[in-house]
Amino acid sequence: MGLNTSKLPNGPEMYVGEGYGLTQIEKVIGMARANSIWPLPFATSCCGIEFMATMASTYDLGRFGAERLSFSPRQADLLMVMGTIAKKMGPILKQVYTQMAEPKWVIAVGACASSGGIFDTYSVLQGIDKVIPVDVYVPGCPPPPEAILDGILKIQELIKNEPLRRRESAEYNDLLQSYQID
Amino acid sequence: MINISDDNFEKHKALNGQEQSDQELKQYNYLNLGPTHPATHGIFQNILKMDGEVIVDAQPTIGYIHRAFEKLAENRPFYQITTITDRLNYCSSPINNIGWHLTVEKLLGVKTPKRLDYLRVIIMELARIADHIICNSVVAVDTGALTGFLYVFQWREKIYEIYEEICGARLTTNIGRIGGFERDFSEKVFAKINNLLSELPAALSEFEKLVMRNRIFMDRTVNVGGITGERALEYGFTGPNLRAAGVDYDVRVMTPYCSYEDFDFTIPVGSSGDTYDRFCVRQEEMWQSISIIKQALKNLPNGDFHADVPEFYLPPKEEVYNTMEGLIWHFKIVMGEINVPKGQVYQSVEGGNGELGYYLVSDGGRQPYRLHIRRPCFIYYQAYPEMIKGSMLSDAILTMSSMNVIAGELDA
Amino acid sequence: MAEANNQILSEAISAQFGSQVLSIEETYATLDIVVEKSIIIPFISWLKTHKTFQVNFLTSLCGVHFPEQNDRELSVVYHLHSFINNIRFRVHVFLPASQPEIPTLTTLFAAANWMERETFEFYGIKFLGHPDLRIILNVEDMDYHPLLKQYPLVDATRTDKDDKYFGR
Repeated sequence: MGLNTSKLPNGPEMYVGEGYGLTQIEKVIGMARANSIWPLPFATSCCGIEFMATMASTYDLGRFGAERLSFSPRQADLLMVMGTIAKKMGPILKQVYTQMAEPKWVIAVGACASSGGIFDTYSVLQGIDKVIPVDVYVPGCPPPPEAILDGILKIQELIKNEPLRRRESAEYNDLLQSYQID
Repeated sequence: MINISDDNFEKHKALNGQEQSDQELKQYNYLNLGPTHPATHGIFQNILKMDGEVIVDAQPTIGYIHRAFEKLAENRPFYQITTITDRLNYCSSPINNIGWHLTVEKLLGVKTPKRLDYLRVIIMELARIADHIICNSVVAVDTGALTGFLYVFQWREKIYEIYEEICGARLTTNIGRIGGFERDFSEKVFAKINNLLSELPAALSEFEKLVMRNRIFMDRTVNVGGITGERALEYGFTGPNLRAAGVDYDVRVMTPYCSYEDFDFTIPVGSSGDTYDRFCVRQEEMWQSISIIKQALKNLPNGDFHADVPEFYLPPKEEVYNTMEGLIWHFKIVMGEINVPKGQVYQSVEGGNGELGYYLVSDGGRQPYRLHIRRPCFIYYQAYPEMIKGSMLSDAILTMSSMNVIAGELDA
Repeated sequence: MAEANNQILSEAISAQFGSQVLSIEETYATLDIVVEKSIIIPFISWLKTHKTFQVNFLTSLCGVHFPEQNDRELSVVYHLHSFINNIRFRVHVFLPASQPEIPTLTTLFAAANWMERETFEFYGIKFLGHPDLRIILNVEDMDYHPLLKQYPLVDATRTDKDDKYFGR
């Protein structure tokens, strides 16, 4: 009796039988997390308006499961930093990041969040990866909604394939230590 | 980071001059609103001193997105500053761009042909509609009505498509050049504009029907966050906020630029300066903008889409690659080897929030010696603590969103 | 029309204030009036309460830095506007860098409050009598005035901007 395999749409490969499927728990959790992201829109400037367009009906972010925006970091798992972060805002961004519970991901939307953008001035943080670890960078000034959705899809790939024990691993803790987050 | 304590309000006592006894101080609690908050559309902080639900005082803190535009402008040639001006009031960037072009054209003494003026008017009025769509739908969202926002944003996408056809970008447009546009508007652009003009009125009236005479909306917005005309003038208000308070000051009428005197439009004026009046003024301005665009399309003259100033306007690429003069002018303009007059000018345009002014001091070089941007949001936001004194927290949220404070313009 | 108004205004100002008005010029159809620091508040107050001119709006307030003019390095520029007569004009006051102090305009126009704070932050010009003169846009512990010409645009602690890649 051989085991049949089947792939759930947008889900992992499974060995299926009559009324049951066999797969790794990691993959099921990854699928669930990826399709029900609760983003925190940290919108500071122009990229925030493009995000509003992404949330609106033409480019609907809700169809990827990220319908429920959470402005409270305690209830969010994806921090979307959209817009320029000035040096005055840096500590606040870091505080918001530390308030989020694990597992959390960060997407830097736009040129200003990725690297400071066109503002190479004394008051602008040249990229948010100077204060928090970033998972996906979406370039553009501002990136069109299609690019933001592309970034969300890449985050979904990261989430689906994340090992269960990553957040407790030494490597991850070293990463956080390098940003002085503990 | 600001500590929430009485120390912050020591200075505020001096501002309003009231003495408070220790007993009174003990009954207040301090609420920190922002800088990251869903209702503050943009990042700025307010520490509210509250007596229960009623706000007694407020201390705003801004500068969380200070990007040093004025210092940056001293290091960029004139044509590169257009990209910076985009990021001021980013909901209506063409107005900022064209304002900057007008400033430099005033300094250089460039006279623009009528067709260029009318095309610019069309772009600016489209930008005004886009800005007011955002502001009004967000005021509705803050009262709980999300449908309007999702519905009218589709027409904002149509406006973006028009910009994409003209200049390639949706939001931060960098539209046009000093002296004109890069190319004339194609048939597709006019088709898209006509399409928008045929569909937008129906959408706007449906949005109005949902919200404007809605009992809940009116209860939430009438007599909320009001300011009198005299106080508004003292505080340097301009734009829809000032017109809602009863003063009919519009830069397009007071000091017409870009052939606005050829157009026939009315300026909506409110009476009490409250949130409902601001909403209605913006709504009516959108209707007026639609009328202006229709007039501009109907009376659009034929002619050049750029001024005839070879020393400041980049020649078309065919001339650059095939003629000697085109190549030399292109080189000189980009390298900055043209004579820019010395002097100072101030040019203002009617932006989405009011009088957006550019004060340019030129010392004859390729970059401005000093560029000061008169940002309407920065100036009228000073009145916010006075406007919300005595109102409840939810009223404060609505007042803030109806004032249309854009963080990019606030901090610059 | 605008030229006639400018003419009337400049004659009235010269008649009223005489030698304390250092110069009146007209560039790009706008008057540029330079006055001494000592009369700036009476000057603007006279314009505001004048029956004919009724200058009721402070459009903008900013500073400019001219490092090579000795004793007149810092300048405060007031943009004023009279709605009734539709005249706009600028008033300049020059201050020495050794003593950049000037009385505040907040008693006349409430709009000057934040504009003076911004000018103080960018240039170090102190406005005497201002209710709350502190930094508004930058971080609170900013210890220099960034828009002065001697300070560069990019802050000195940047390590990632390698001039080699930027062709400098």
